[in-house]
Amino acid sequence: MSQKKSRGGGVGAAAGDDPDELSRSPLQAVLLADSFTLKFRPITLERPKVLLPLVNVPMIEYTLSWLESAGVEEVFVFCCAHALQVKEHLEKAGWTGKSTAREMAVTAVESHDAVSAGDALRVMYGRGVIHGDFVLISGDTISNMDLKDALQEHKDRRKKDPLAVMTMIIKYSKPSTLTHQTRLGNDEIVMAVDPETKELLYYEDRADSSQLYVTIDKDILASNPTLQLRNNMEDCYIDICSPEVLSLFTDNFDYQHLRRHFVKGLLVDDIMGYKIYTHEICSSYAARIDNFRSYDTVSKDIIQRWTYPMVPDVLSFGNCQEIKLHRQGIYKASDVTLLHSAQIGANSVVGNATSIGENCEISNSVIGEGCNIGKNVLIHGSYIWDNAIIEDGCKVSNSLVCDGVHLRSGAIVEPGCILSFKVEVGKNVVVPAYSKVALLPQPSNEDSDEELEYADTNSGVTDSPRYPPFSSMRSADHPTVLSEDDDLEASETGACGVVGYIWASADTGILEEWRQSIAPIPKDKLEELHHAASVVDDDESEDDLNNHPAVLDQDDDSDVSAVEEDDYSKFEKEVEETFQRALDGIHQDNLILEINALRCKLFSNLLDVFQYY
Amino acid sequence: MDFQVVVLAGGTSEKLSPLVSKDVPKALLPVANRPVLSYVLDLLEASDLKDIIVVVEGQEAARLVGAWASSAYLDRLLVEVVAVPEDIGTAGALRAISRRLTANDVLVISGDLVTDVLPGSVAATHRRNGAAVTALLCSVPVSGPSDAASSGGKDKAKKPARLNIVGLDITRQFLLHIVSGTDVEKDVRVNKKKVRAVGEMEIRSDLMDAHLYAFKRTTLQDILEEKEAYRSIRLEVLPYLVRSQLRSSPSSGEGTTADEIGNATVPFNSHLQYLSQHRILAPSAFKKDLLSTGGTYRCCVYIASKNKYCHRLNSIQAYCDINRDVVGDASHLSSYSFSAQNNIIHPSSVLGSKTTIGPQCMLAEGSQLGDKCSVKRSVIGRHCRIGSNVKIVNSVVMNHVVIEDGCHIQGSVVCNNVQLQERAILKDCQVGAGYIVTAGSEHKADSLSKKVERF
Repeated sequence: MSQKKSRGGGVGAAAGDDPDELSRSPLQAVLLADSFTLKFRPITLERPKVLLPLVNVPMIEYTLSWLESAGVEEVFVFCCAHALQVKEHLEKAGWTGKSTAREMAVTAVESHDAVSAGDALRVMYGRGVIHGDFVLISGDTISNMDLKDALQEHKDRRKKDPLAVMTMIIKYSKPSTLTHQTRLGNDEIVMAVDPETKELLYYEDRADSSQLYVTIDKDILASNPTLQLRNNMEDCYIDICSPEVLSLFTDNFDYQHLRRHFVKGLLVDDIMGYKIYTHEICSSYAARIDNFRSYDTVSKDIIQRWTYPMVPDVLSFGNCQEIKLHRQGIYKASDVTLLHSAQIGANSVVGNATSIGENCEISNSVIGEGCNIGKNVLIHGSYIWDNAIIEDGCKVSNSLVCDGVHLRSGAIVEPGCILSFKVEVGKNVVVPAYSKVALLPQPSNEDSDEELEYADTNSGVTDSPRYPPFSSMRSADHPTVLSEDDDLEASETGACGVVGYIWASADTGILEEWRQSIAPIPKDKLEELHHAASVVDDDESEDDLNNHPAVLDQDDDSDVSAVEEDDYSKFEKEVEETFQRALDGIHQDNLILEINALRCKLFSNLLDVFQYY
Repeated sequence: MDFQVVVLAGGTSEKLSPLVSKDVPKALLPVANRPVLSYVLDLLEASDLKDIIVVVEGQEAARLVGAWASSAYLDRLLVEVVAVPEDIGTAGALRAISRRLTANDVLVISGDLVTDVLPGSVAATHRRNGAAVTALLCSVPVSGPSDAASSGGKDKAKKPARLNIVGLDITRQFLLHIVSGTDVEKDVRVNKKKVRAVGEMEIRSDLMDAHLYAFKRTTLQDILEEKEAYRSIRLEVLPYLVRSQLRSSPSSGEGTTADEIGNATVPFNSHLQYLSQHRILAPSAFKKDLLSTGGTYRCCVYIASKNKYCHRLNSIQAYCDINRDVVGDASHLSSYSFSAQNNIIHPSSVLGSKTTIGPQCMLAEGSQLGDKCSVKRSVIGRHCRIGSNVKIVNSVVMNHVVIEDGCHIQGSVVCNNVQLQERAILKDCQVGAGYIVTAGSEHKADSLSKKVERF
């Protein structure tokens, strides 16, 4: 591949400055086609996450298209879980294979024992295919940003300082003050950035909200008189890396997670002095689909064309059927069978060969290809994938319904549900909010460490289900004893229940369901949080006002700062007086007793305060 | 402007001995032959702030300052000099004069500040933001207090001492976090709540608290009354205000503690709503929220631009630096007119033959120099008698000093009425008032003063 490609853009400009060093190698990218998390279970048991349709196009298509448009010349797709499916898809979509006419070379790299991004990068290092700066991205990232500037910045920095190994792309996103998560459902991040150089100095994700303070090492401030402490930024998980990054992963074989281990490791380690910089994008779009909430958010962003040109009517995949954009953000494929009385509301997508019956109401939803929707169906804020059958009178709100799901007449899917492939829901059955239903049983002895995804179908099935397939489900009209069994024929069981296993809530265990669900956060939850926040707020200012108990505990005067409050100074005064009395001849033991009593008094003060809440 | 100004002029600071004494309180210490207090007062006059209370520690010192001020600023400013007991701290001094404060806002300024930042602009910022307190922050002086004086402080090998750690919002108007004093050298702990509320906080350690604050009078009086133990504005009052600006409502929990320790409930408690609750866009949201909720604290800052001069006379090193700067780099402060040689030589002074006065020097009225003297980057006071072959470099010589032949003075401060006998050599010394340096003696990095009233 010659270096002087007209398409190279920014790369070509760099070549003019420094022809022999950086720009000789083509711009490469490593695309991780596995998220190494379990957040999309149970769906990912059957299909890799990167192939899940996002507005009817597999996620990886967005990522690859963007990489191609951004001028990347060579992509290594790292496949782990369902590697075969990913490879097949790449071939089918024309990215790989002989007949490819694309300008971007796509190579699939397969590995079955990688359990984390760290492992994946170690494999990449072992292959020895990365020669220059590369873009590290996960296959579930949607973006339309221009890489040129970030790349140029990265290269310029590298010339000056070879220790600047990585540039992280960040984007403005103010997390909710109540839930402490961004609209993508990610936890808030606290990072410290040097405002001049944009060097990343501190990074804290999964911010522990029980911790009231951000603690920044004094050495950081000593070398950087000014720094910006931000929590209104979102990590786009697009990184421009130098080849050293791969060898760093190899050297530190315990690095697993890109952020928690690698970034933090580099920031803490001041011996090697590697630096990470940030690049903030303002006008372009970048987001990673990390959980169901971000799936929902990004889908809406795509429909509302924030991701242009990555929008349904431009990005066509697979068949050549055009999708047309109508008013109010309604996208319709050309051969949709739509009865006149059916209403399609704003911001909806209806895929190819789908038929929609009378008096249906569909709003803010995406409906895939080949779906069959009966009469009087209500679909709101939901994602229906391909070939789903929804019979008359069903209601689906804020849920995800996968391929081949069959909802029999009158079934109600409450907000936040995930119905995995080919699940069947019987007549008039109500699927309660936030349930996850799959034909495959939930692996019981799953390693709880969420790093260790091994989303192989086999491993999932061989495990015995933790939850019996018989689950209690309410029926809409008349209580029915639900018997669900995936061995039975759908037609028989479907009449009264659900075919599939109900998965136990929250695979991570810590996260509450509502946080990362497709459904919007319920109002009462918000109120509760609001209340909690105000209490916490008080508590904390109280905490601030009085002494921090931890400081008191140490009983160490050197730790007592000017920040401390008059409670403490009172205590101090009393102690001082006690000592003065001691000079008048009070016995030493009594003195100790008195001081201890004083201390207790102060503590009781604090305890009272805490009890109050 | 409805502003009252309180100048905290200090007393006879131990730190500055032997430069200050009973006869020369800190406020009257000459900087380029003018009392340091005059710099502040001139500045206030320039900002049209004329209602001034000068607080001096100690009766005697107050009398001296009062005498000087009434003669120097007669008909120009309304200066009232108030004596307070010694060692009651800045907050204590304010508490002592609290009853005299009547204006809506109070500008508190340290009497040892030598700056060209107009207090008026701080006051205006304060008013514009409707703040409870506005603090003046300025860049750490180039010739930082810890740096070697002569090098001009340009060497980067030595980092400037960290004076404060401040957290500002993105617009750099609001003070969100402040740590000063001994805690500065520790790790920085920032309340996450604050970061969340503003989204983005700028933490800076290169700003200096210039000891110029505008306070809302009621807030100030309340806090002084409430927190009797507070002694320092910088270390206690200001951090307290900054801390409590995020408090949401008068918490009942706090009420109980207050009761238990026998204090009244905090009357000025803020009703500040939980900040930027539903606002999505950050910088303006913070301001709006703050502004929309009336009757609350707002701690603001005025950051002086980098090219402004701002220095406090709080150490002997600072005294030397300021003297050098006022006749040198920051000569606009001195309000003297410089000659073509970039120095000031009073016409009444007498110079012997082959005596040279270098640039950035000052020679006040009635001083005489003998032959073959050399003066470089130094300030010489009134009516000094200096013999022949005397070298004075980087030094301050106050009034009525007698320097006999062949003396060498370098990097030193020589106070009033000192006599240096022949061939005395001083290097980096401070000589207290009235001291006699014997002939031929050599002193290095010494503090010389008469053995009186030292304990």
